[in-house]
Amino acid sequence: MPDFEPTVRIQAQDFDLAAEVAKLTAGRTDIGAIVTFLGLCRDESGRLAALELEHYPGMAQAEIARIANEASERWPLQGLAAIHRYGKLRPGDNIVLVVAASTHRQAAFEAATFVMDFLKSKAPFWKKEHQADGSEGGWVDAKESDEVAAARWRG
Amino acid sequence: MRLIYFAWVRERIGKPQEDVELSGEVETVADLLRWLKSRGEEYENALQYPDVIRVAIDQEHVDHREKLGDAREIALFPPMTGG
Repeated sequence: MPDFEPTVRIQAQDFDLAAEVAKLTAGRTDIGAIVTFLGLCRDESGRLAALELEHYPGMAQAEIARIANEASERWPLQGLAAIHRYGKLRPGDNIVLVVAASTHRQAAFEAATFVMDFLKSKAPFWKKEHQADGSEGGWVDAKESDEVAAARWRG
Repeated sequence: MRLIYFAWVRERIGKPQEDVELSGEVETVADLLRWLKSRGEEYENALQYPDVIRVAIDQEHVDHREKLGDAREIALFPPMTGG
């Protein structure tokens, strides 16, 4: 069993990657590897003005915590944080951050990938597009490739 | 029992949530989707392809064969697109 509780936050406000890494490493000398994943809002070649992220408040927190706990049991981690934003985000804005800390790089890389793969297909968030030309935007479709990415960790 | 809707399921049904009384014949998630679909055009429109609808009972993912049991909160939503 890991001796830490993963940090999971669902929030409208921005986060700071360096500050989140510093929180995990503060006062420690046993961490040898930190892997971070930062997901950003992109403009799809100028087509998008914004993304509206809707979420299921209680469940978003609970589901990401379940995923993070599974990762911390599966890999020898010394710290794990996952932060996901909701609300209206502009191109260039941060959406999601995963930070995995371990003694060696492999566990940190794999755990960060695992959390992102499951977060994409299991965490209750939905993206709606706002078009730059003012026309009505639609809901982003789920990708088959995201399901496949999550499925490869089973078994 | 409280039903909660998200994303285009919410938009098509036209409300974010509602409280419903279910008859004893509605035992599983699949039964619930079938029953809801018969409640009017907006439900029919939202639940036209029930297989794509994802369901959570008391904030945990379940499949359509799951029994509703004494669920307090059932959420219906499209496949998720976070991250």
